[in-house]
Amino acid sequence: MSNVSPPDHSHDQFIEGLTSGLQPVKPLPPAGRRAMIWLGFVVAAGLALSLIADLHAFAHRFMASPDMWLSMTASALTAVFAAIAAFKLSLPDSPRAWAWLPVPAAVVWVVASGLGCLRNYILPDTHVAPLTGTMDCLVIIVALSVPFSLLMFAMLREAFSLLPALTATVAGLAVASASATLLNLFHPFDAAAVDFLMHAFAVALVIVVCRVVGRQLWTSINIYVVDRRPQ
Amino acid sequence: MQSGLPSVTFGSMPPKTNKGRIFCCRMDERATSQMLTVAEYAVPFPYSGGSPHDMVAAYSGMRSSRSMATVEPHKMTADDARRSALMAAAQSGDKAAYQTLLRDCVPLIRAIARRKGVDISQVEDVVQEVLLTIHRARQTYDPTRSFTAWLRVIAERRAIDLLRQSGRRGSRELYAPVAFENYADETADPAVGLNQSDDAGRVSEALASLPPRQREAVQQLILKDQSLAEASAATSRSKGSLKVNLHRALKALRGSVEREG
Repeated sequence: MSNVSPPDHSHDQFIEGLTSGLQPVKPLPPAGRRAMIWLGFVVAAGLALSLIADLHAFAHRFMASPDMWLSMTASALTAVFAAIAAFKLSLPDSPRAWAWLPVPAAVVWVVASGLGCLRNYILPDTHVAPLTGTMDCLVIIVALSVPFSLLMFAMLREAFSLLPALTATVAGLAVASASATLLNLFHPFDAAAVDFLMHAFAVALVIVVCRVVGRQLWTSINIYVVDRRPQ
Repeated sequence: MQSGLPSVTFGSMPPKTNKGRIFCCRMDERATSQMLTVAEYAVPFPYSGGSPHDMVAAYSGMRSSRSMATVEPHKMTADDARRSALMAAAQSGDKAAYQTLLRDCVPLIRAIARRKGVDISQVEDVVQEVLLTIHRARQTYDPTRSFTAWLRVIAERRAIDLLRQSGRRGSRELYAPVAFENYADETADPAVGLNQSDDAGRVSEALASLPPRQREAVQQLILKDQSLAEASAATSRSKGSLKVNLHRALKALRGSVEREG
């Protein structure tokens, strides 16, 4: 009489298929460290862009409108928290609650940016954005999002997310908020209603595209064909 | 307490916890299902791959923490530590350790899937999905953390995925055998049926004209849909011989059918 169950060989053929040609894999670094690598790339891009940006005008604008610091800080924090959350969510065992991490900063970002809509009423002499200027905002956010999202998804792909849509959405938020943060280097006017709406559109566009692309990326990885017949 | 137990089969009954104790449902030769004993989850026991006690220990370790991703190393059971070591070895490319680990996972995955409410007929699908996910995601496992907790989250998510897929399919599809039988097929063409019958007749004639070994290869590998190993065992011919004869037979059949039509 023994309490030892007989070995389970019902999936031996499948297991043999999985283990044949097994290659060593290097365990991924912690999600936080991978997020810092991505954020380091964003910071490096920001430093490179600052070489061609009008830093004097940048400083003057922020001195004149201190509340814009709140918006920029919140967008930067959104990028940091969203990046950490995206890399956490890319692990198959991470709780989906990580998706809430960037939400408070994102709310502050939206609210602080929304204050720009009232700027004309609060400060009548403020130079607000013309429509052509807001188009530049869209172009800059989208253009910066391309390299950021490429690096993000290249790094996320090393992991294996079981929540692909959520992970891709949070990654898109990180990319969009990082791009919007760097946009401040080239934003020679205060935010107003049109500008705010254009920023919101650009950020939403980046998030939606990242969600669609990211979902496809992981779905294509997940699709497989199991050949039960031995070769 | 456990050493005196007769052979225990866990079947599909998941363990239940109550105030730190685990109620183990066992079956013996006489009774199909009977609540006989209460085992303290902390009682040590020797490892037995996939045994009920192993699963109970795994569950007790898992259920002690709500967040499976944050189980600390010092809380690992001995079996969990052993699995973590096996997974670390698998990450280094140790095939034998990996096979042992995956076999070890199968009963655990089954138990988790059943606990999530997966139908018994679909449990093996969940097992394969989870094994595949472990394989694809093995680089994401941190050896300092509990492997069983990592596995549990993956198995639960895959089980939920399957339940959702089944639910969606169930909402779109309807089982109505009578309606299916009575459905008028407007595209049915008697000429097509005659042509198919003619084609089948030509193929049968061509097959009959093949040399015995070639015909045998076609019958075993194509018509009976057997694997090379199965066909080899059934015919006492080598796999290479079967492959060569199948190749020649298909070439001859193709030529024969093309000549006739």
